[in-house]
Amino acid sequence: MAGPMKMRATLAGGNTEVRVLMSHPMTTAQMKEGLHHIRNVVVKHNGRTVVEAEISQAVSRNPVFSFRLKGGAKGDRIEVSWLDNKGETSKIEAAVA
Amino acid sequence: MNNPSRSRLRRSLLSALGLLLLKPLAALAAWNEAAFGAKSAVDALNSLGAASPAPSKDILIEAPQIAENGAVVPIEISSNIPGTTSIAVLIEKNPFPLTGKFDFREGALPFVKLNVKMGETSDVRVLAVAGGRHYAATREIKVTIGGCGG
Repeated sequence: MAGPMKMRATLAGGNTEVRVLMSHPMTTAQMKEGLHHIRNVVVKHNGRTVVEAEISQAVSRNPVFSFRLKGGAKGDRIEVSWLDNKGETSKIEAAVA
Repeated sequence: MNNPSRSRLRRSLLSALGLLLLKPLAALAAWNEAAFGAKSAVDALNSLGAASPAPSKDILIEAPQIAENGAVVPIEISSNIPGTTSIAVLIEKNPFPLTGKFDFREGALPFVKLNVKMGETSDVRVLAVAGGRHYAATREIKVTIGGCGG
């Protein structure tokens, strides 16, 4: 079952480092649970899409991603969302600290 | 009002409307079925339109030389090729090599860190797209215990 996400966005060296954790089984077709994996990940910075990813079943269970955004300021809104192969979806929003 | 054929009509109109509303969402969430379904890195690269990428030292792959647990192998990738707009990760010996494709729009740096599953020791190939050209770098990661089945 897909669960809550966690995210941290911090300023580092003039850029914004985003670290996000997604609760997801990410099971492969070979596993007894059957194929269930996140397919799409979208990162938005103040509402503007900055990263769009397509991922496979070979990304580890409970995926953790780090991204780097140019610039950024304290309080900027970062949003990360995902969509899986069964149509389940989740998102999280946080302010840059 | 309770005419059965009319309510059937209403239902089919509603479901058609539903399909119309769902379509833009599906279009937004693109997933390259052919590339992700490819069983070799060569086929996956072909499906990505990157049949013969040029080798590049400006694609940096940071990963352990030996991964004890193939279920969680951390890989950090960045591209110093100016104008990099996309990075793809291919694990050559996995059943489906293409693991991820990351498109970076204005405002993002060509950098990603992720954890992947590896069934066995394999070359990990990273493809970068910059100015419509394709570049690649490869790095071998040794795996002690594979992490794809279970």
